[in-house]
Amino acid sequence: MKAFLKKLKKNPYMIAGLIITGLIVLMVIVGLFWMPYEPTKMSAGEKLQGISLKHIMGTDNMGRDVFSRVMYGSRITLLIALGTVTIGVVLGTIIGALTGYFGGILDEVVMRIIDAMFAFPSILLALVIVSVFGTGWAQLLMSLGIAFIPSYARIVRGEVLRCKGMDYVESARLQGVSQFRMIFVHILPNIKGVLASSILIGFNNAVLAEAGLSYLGVGSQPPYASLGKMLSDAQQYMFTVPSYCLCPGIVIVFIVLGFSFLGEGIRRWK
Amino acid sequence: MEETKVLKVSHLDVFYKNRKRKLFSGKKKVQALFDVSFDMDEGEVLAIAGESGCGKSTLARAIVGINKDYEGAMWQKYEGPQMVFQDPYNSLNPSKKIGWLLEEPLRVDKKKKWTPEERKKRVEEIMTQIELPMEMLDRYPSQLSGGQRQRVCIGIALMRNPKLLIADEPVSALDVTIASQIMELLSRIHKNLGISIIFISHDLRVVYQISDHVMIMKNGRVVEYGDTKEVYKNPKEEYTKQLLKAAGIKE
Repeated sequence: MKAFLKKLKKNPYMIAGLIITGLIVLMVIVGLFWMPYEPTKMSAGEKLQGISLKHIMGTDNMGRDVFSRVMYGSRITLLIALGTVTIGVVLGTIIGALTGYFGGILDEVVMRIIDAMFAFPSILLALVIVSVFGTGWAQLLMSLGIAFIPSYARIVRGEVLRCKGMDYVESARLQGVSQFRMIFVHILPNIKGVLASSILIGFNNAVLAEAGLSYLGVGSQPPYASLGKMLSDAQQYMFTVPSYCLCPGIVIVFIVLGFSFLGEGIRRWK
Repeated sequence: MEETKVLKVSHLDVFYKNRKRKLFSGKKKVQALFDVSFDMDEGEVLAIAGESGCGKSTLARAIVGINKDYEGAMWQKYEGPQMVFQDPYNSLNPSKKIGWLLEEPLRVDKKKKWTPEERKKRVEEIMTQIELPMEMLDRYPSQLSGGQRQRVCIGIALMRNPKLLIADEPVSALDVTIASQIMELLSRIHKNLGISIIFISHDLRVVYQISDHVMIMKNGRVVEYGDTKEVYKNPKEEYTKQLLKAAGIKE
């Protein structure tokens, strides 16, 4: 614990990342139990209000409390980001580890498929999946998750290739370590640092992609909020009630900033 | 008659796959060893010496079975020869603790199921043999010095009691005093356990200290083979003479 604090002191990125991400997570956790208003409750008399003590982020075009909706929307956005990154990392790691370790024809074929997926914009892929399976956040999760696999597969494959040439792998092989054990017990723990910082970058991309897709109208559906959806609803009122679009926008910026700092902090962790 | 040889190699050719990875390029092989033959007595130290790239390590890798792409005959009395690698900074898994690394050969042992207590006991035996304090079991390789790491590598190789140990330039990455300590450790292990050791080195002085027989190699072929003292006294081949001269042993 003491060593941890000492390392933390030398790492301003980690401190900033932990504080920002901590606040966002705190807001989401508090939102699970208490919100100032019901996020879907409309109120005809309080439409499009600016910032006030009663509504600290104002209200939207249907009189709903923006702060409550931001609390709820951050939860949805973070859940989607978490799910997306989990799908991408788990499948990407397995694919990357197997192709990197075994190489040969399997590697060639799978890597060409990955290349093809890279060439395909992930937003477009998500739109295709959503138009086949319908809109909703489960579809969004699936499409973004699949779109995330290639980059993780690439990263893991490269790292596995690097580790595979090390003497400790040959030494383990001499002792009779099975191939499965070699990949998952001997090699993968050595790439956790690289993986951790790319997971946080992935988190960022997922938050932004979710916001982008919801903005395009294929994410979570009304009356429920996600941060991207709120932005797209708010754009008509940008000049009349600036707080309506600024507040969710700033929260997105802080989520992304927090994860970026955390990623940088992990990279510099020594 | 009891078999007194531990290893017999005859007319061994070893190949490497061409490393170029292109989709439509044919697989070309590169031959690294040509017609290598020798026998090794049980309990002796055989030194293989020669300049870099002469095929010493290739031979070691073929004997322990890392490179299976060879032609010719190889017979071994015992299964599971073990190997100590040249670079101790790269032959210990950096994400595992020393204790874990030492236990791993027992955990994956196919011949015997080791209980955690047996494993612990064996690890302690080995730590005594490689002369490291028990506290080091809880450290990561990065917290050890080069000499300590090489001791751990030797320990890992010895865990399952191999009868044949191959040491591939085990001291060339270490500085002189540490190197001589490791050499002493190896000869003590050789005496105490009676195992056969193939010692690979480019340093003819070190070879003289430790080996019973010596095999000089050049460009993938055996140049000269014989009793170490005999070879050092009366080198037959011009190349051996050159090597001895370069090492400052012979005028």
